[in-house]
Amino acid sequence: MHAQALPLDGPVVEAAANAAVASQPPAIAPAVPPGGEPAAHRRPPNRERNRRIALTLLLPLLTFLAVLAGWSALQKTVAPELPTPAATWTHATSVLADPFYENGPNDMGIGWQLLYSLGRVGAGFGLAALVGIPLGFLMGMSVNVQRAFSPLIQILRPVSPLAWLPIGLLVFKAVDPSAIFVIFITCIWPMILNTAAGVKAIPQDYMNVAAVLKLGKFELARRILFPATLPYVVTGMRLSLGVAWMVIVAAEMLTGGIGIGFWVWDEWNNLNVPSIILAIAIIGLVGIALDLVMGLAQSRLDYTKR
Amino acid sequence: MNAYLDLQKIGIVFPTARGPFRALQDINLQVAQGEFISLIGHSGCGKSTVLNIVAGLLDATEGYALLKGKEVKGPGPDRAVVFQNHSLLPWLTVYENVQLAVDKVMPGKNRAERRDWVMHNLRLVHMDHAADKRPGEISGGMKQRVGIARALAMQPDVLLMDEPFGALDALTRAHLQDSVMEIQAELGNTVMMITHDVDEAVLLSDRIVMMTNGPAATIGAILGVDLPRPRDRLALAHDPAYHALRSQVLDFLYNRQARPREAA
Ligand SMILES: Nc1ncnc2c1ncn2[C@@H]1O[C@H](COP(=O)(O)OP(=O)(O)O)[C@@H](O)[C@H]1O
Ligand SMILES: [Mg+2]
Repeated sequence: MHAQALPLDGPVVEAAANAAVASQPPAIAPAVPPGGEPAAHRRPPNRERNRRIALTLLLPLLTFLAVLAGWSALQKTVAPELPTPAATWTHATSVLADPFYENGPNDMGIGWQLLYSLGRVGAGFGLAALVGIPLGFLMGMSVNVQRAFSPLIQILRPVSPLAWLPIGLLVFKAVDPSAIFVIFITCIWPMILNTAAGVKAIPQDYMNVAAVLKLGKFELARRILFPATLPYVVTGMRLSLGVAWMVIVAAEMLTGGIGIGFWVWDEWNNLNVPSIILAIAIIGLVGIALDLVMGLAQSRLDYTKR
Repeated sequence: MNAYLDLQKIGIVFPTARGPFRALQDINLQVAQGEFISLIGHSGCGKSTVLNIVAGLLDATEGYALLKGKEVKGPGPDRAVVFQNHSLLPWLTVYENVQLAVDKVMPGKNRAERRDWVMHNLRLVHMDHAADKRPGEISGGMKQRVGIARALAMQPDVLLMDEPFGALDALTRAHLQDSVMEIQAELGNTVMMITHDVDEAVLLSDRIVMMTNGPAATIGAILGVDLPRPRDRLALAHDPAYHALRSQVLDFLYNRQARPREAA
């Protein structure tokens, strides 16, 4: 591996941009008008900012209104079986008024349904991280591990995780572990592949630094490999969580029992369409929230985004 | 003869897709303790390869390097390297980048002593004020300073620098060259530096090692630079001895070793 140890000749791009700051001769400091901030940092005047804020709120609102109007029109003309927006709203407020009611195992509030789904996603996601990230590390570090696993992963990755559900039901003979298993399968490929890509992308320079310092295997992993790969790992986790949230709905439709996907299917069997529309909205919002959490983790852990 | 750093008949052959490629042949060089040596030559001739062999990052196919009489085997902090593109770890602060080296090299010292040593080395390169910044927040010249501080903090027997200023603008480069001269005068480091800048080589070096073009590159000539120290770049600009040395290097590079047609 030392054979690629040669630093490149020729200019490195990054240096030039900051060079004026480095030498710090007062006479040729970057030209900034005395007392004034550089133009790029100047705050926009209040009026313009208010206008911008108003537009970022107003325009999406218009879009939503247009969708509601379209829905209404559709309902009045070609699809009278759809509920009206007003009826859906009334229904939603009543459902959301008591999200955590319990009338036995087959009749629980939407809050419980969501929590069960989130729990399965969390478990599958966590297990996938436990297996996928170390395996990704090994694949990135060893050509032979890569050779051993790559074909298998290439074959399995394009398969819809739902295809694994029967296998899960067969092996676990229960709904919960089967759904978790499906989420595990969903999450593991992006985690493995991103982690492996992250390890491979570590610049030879960092490895040379480690070599000169004679870092041991453990120190190398802790001080160099892990932090250098972290941004890739978090990206893999973020991707897989997004997909997992989509997959869980479908999985629960098939498994039944409890969970937001089951709830959607159950309400469909009761021909309770307002519930389904409500579920679509809520699933979307939870998806956004999950992505926000991962985005937050990313900005805290990823040194390239600080 | 007992040189501090002794390169004996070093040669290297790289296996490539198009068969073996001989990059270096018969490199012999003796460096005294405290000496500042520059390696100069056209791009792709094999300067980095020589440095990496001394660093232990590459294994020579023939010959060997002796440091203080012992054969160099593998990399180690006794031969600290300043890489061309600084290679600071971007997730660590300036302080932590140097600390990583200090913790590794001085495990016997206590926390306060190691802290002092980190700060001392940052002061040497005038970077103590930015100890808590991350590499992404400082300029290219500053990063290179930190890279030098990290290498110095290892108290290496030999300081190896691979075009340490190659990526910097002329002014920043001049500042750093002056810093390196000051530090070397103070600490008496043994330095091997790669450069392709003739002025830099003459200004900094005790001897300039001029390499022939590859393949099978070797040392073409060695030029002693007997200009008195401390050296002042402005005064030297009017010094005929300086210009004589400079034109000797230029003559070697551009007449005797005309640039290879397809330079890397
Ligand atoms: N790992 C390697 N495999 C094959 N060829 C290499 C390798 N490293 C360097 N070379 C070749 O050896 C020659 C010298 O390279 P290098 O030492 O980087 O030159 P310099 O630093 O003088 O520009 C070049 O022709 C380069 O292509
Ligand atoms: Mg080079």
